[in-house]
Amino acid sequence: MPDQVKSPVDQSVTLAGVRMKNPVVVASGTFGFGREYGEFYNLEELGGICCKGLTPARREGNPPPRIAETPMGILNSVGLQNPGVDAFIAQELPELKKHDLAIIANISGNTPEEYGEMCEKLSQAGVDMIEVNISCPNVKAGGLAYGTRPELAAEVTQIAKRHATVPVMVKLSPNVTDITEIARAVEGAGADALSLINTLRGMRIDINTRRPVLHMNTGGLSGPAVLPVAVRMVWEVANAVSIPILGMGGVAKGEDAAQLMMAGACAVAVGTACFADPYAPLKVRDELAEIACRLGHERVSDLTGTVQPWGN
Amino acid sequence: MPIQQICTIAAVTKLNPYAYHFVLEAGKMGSLIRAGQFLHIKCGDSRLLRRPISICQWQEDEPEDLVSIVFEVRGEGTQWLAEREEGEKLDVLGPLGDGFSIRPEGRYLLVGGGIGVPPLVSCATPGSTAVLGFRSADRAMPLLVDRLKEKGCGAYITSDDGTIGAHGFVDAQMRAVLEQDQAYDAVLACGPKPMLRSVVKAAEAFGLPCQVSMEERMACGVGACLGCAVRMADGSMKHVCKDGPVFPAEEVDWDA
Repeated sequence: MPDQVKSPVDQSVTLAGVRMKNPVVVASGTFGFGREYGEFYNLEELGGICCKGLTPARREGNPPPRIAETPMGILNSVGLQNPGVDAFIAQELPELKKHDLAIIANISGNTPEEYGEMCEKLSQAGVDMIEVNISCPNVKAGGLAYGTRPELAAEVTQIAKRHATVPVMVKLSPNVTDITEIARAVEGAGADALSLINTLRGMRIDINTRRPVLHMNTGGLSGPAVLPVAVRMVWEVANAVSIPILGMGGVAKGEDAAQLMMAGACAVAVGTACFADPYAPLKVRDELAEIACRLGHERVSDLTGTVQPWGN
Repeated sequence: MPIQQICTIAAVTKLNPYAYHFVLEAGKMGSLIRAGQFLHIKCGDSRLLRRPISICQWQEDEPEDLVSIVFEVRGEGTQWLAEREEGEKLDVLGPLGDGFSIRPEGRYLLVGGGIGVPPLVSCATPGSTAVLGFRSADRAMPLLVDRLKEKGCGAYITSDDGTIGAHGFVDAQMRAVLEQDQAYDAVLACGPKPMLRSVVKAAEAFGLPCQVSMEERMACGVGACLGCAVRMADGSMKHVCKDGPVFPAEEVDWDA
C-alpha cells in the first residue's frame, strides 16, 4: 500500500460546497458501499465515495453474464442490483459515517417522484451529497431515458433539488448527441454539480456461439478505452456551464486524473481501475499530487480548467 | 482478509495439453486459505480484469508458504498465464471467496468435472471417494488423481468419449458409487453448470447434502461490483466471488 505522500501540495478540494481532503473519489457501482475495499485500506484515504446506485426498493439486477472484457475496457450490465434506499440508510450508512470522507449517495428512480422521495430520506439520514443518476444504460425504465432528454433531465433535477437539503449532483450520460444541451438544462434546473461520464453503451459477441457475451445483449463500457471521450465531454461541459464537475471515465493513473482536471473537473472519480488494483484510487491521488507539484502548483485544485486549447 | 501480493512462480507443471499446475511462493497466505477458495490473478497489462483461478493445494512453509493453482487455457488471459515460467512473478489477490464447509474427519463424495477437479484435491480425506470426469483422455489430470489417492481417497474416472475410465458422465458413476455405499457426510462438487445440475439431482436422490462450487464471469473478485451473479432459489442474486464460489446446492436456482 502506498504511503500518503507528504507532498507540499495542498490536495483539498471543494465540490459544490462539500470539502474533501483530496480530489479522488470512487465511482458509483465499482466500490459497493466501501465494505470490501475497506478491508484493504482505510476509507479515509479517499476524498469521497459515490455509493452503489440506490433505488426505492431492493433490486436483484440483471441475469448473468453481467461482465465482458473488451480492448482496454469492460462492459457491464449489472442492472442496479442494490438493497434499496432504506436498507442502505439502516445498514450501510452508519458504517460509512464512522469514516471521515465525503459520502455521496447515488440514486435512480422510475419516476421523478421516486427521485424526490429518496432525496428526502437520504438528506435526513445525513449523506454529504446526492448524485442523481439519469444515465444508467442497464435498466429499462427511468435511467437513461431521463438522461437523454433535456426537459426530463431538468424535471428530475428540479424535484431532487426540492426534496434534498444537501447538494445535488447530476450524473450525465455520454450516450447523447450533444452533452452540453443536457448539462445546461440540468444547471438551469438548479443542480449544484455535474458528474460525467457514465458508461458508453457497447456490445461484445462470442463468435463461436453467435451470442452476445452479456445476457442483456448490450451493456455499459468503462475503463481506459473511454478516457478520451470523458476528457472531451468534461471539456465541452466545463465550457458550457458554471457549476462544478466531478470528472470520471477510465481514470487509472495520475495523468488521467490531471487531464480531466485540466479539462475542467474539480475532482475525479476512479472506478473500473479498482478491479485490477484495489489501491488504484490511492495511487491516482498520490500521482496527481506529484504532477501538480511538478507543474508548479501549490494546490491540486489549481489544475482545474487550465487546459490551453489551440485556437482554431 | 484478502491480500494483494507479488508471488514468484516456484514450479510449473503441464498436466495435459490444456491445463497448467503452478506452485506459487505466497508469503504468509497459506494460513488464511480454506478449501474451495480462489486467487485473482493479473494476466498482463493489456487486460483490465484479473482471472479467478482455483486453489488446488497449499502448505505453510519457510521462507514462504506454497500455494498451488491449476488453470486451463480458455482465452487470452489464461494463454498469457500459460506462457509464464518458473521464477517469474505474478500479481495475486487472495485468498478470495467462501469455500467448502468440511471437517478433517469427514467422509466426502467428491465429484469434479474438468477444471472443476483441482479445488477438490484439498477436500480429500481418508475414506473419501472421488468421481472425476473428463471430456477425453488427453484432458485428464493424472497428477491430481495421484494426489487424491495419496490422501487415502478412492478415485473413479469417467470420460465423455470413453477414451479414459468409464464411458459416460460423472452423475452415472456417482449413482453407481452411492448404490454400494451411502455413508458420506456430503457431496462436494465442482464443474460446469449442467454437470452440477445432474450431480445435485443424484445427491438429492440419495438424501445427501451437497455443496457446489460455481463459476461466472467476474470483475472485482471481492464483492464490490456485483458482476458475477448467480440466481438463488428464493429469487435473490448472490455473487460467486464473495458469497461463493461454494454454495449449498439447495440454495441455488437450478432452472436459471
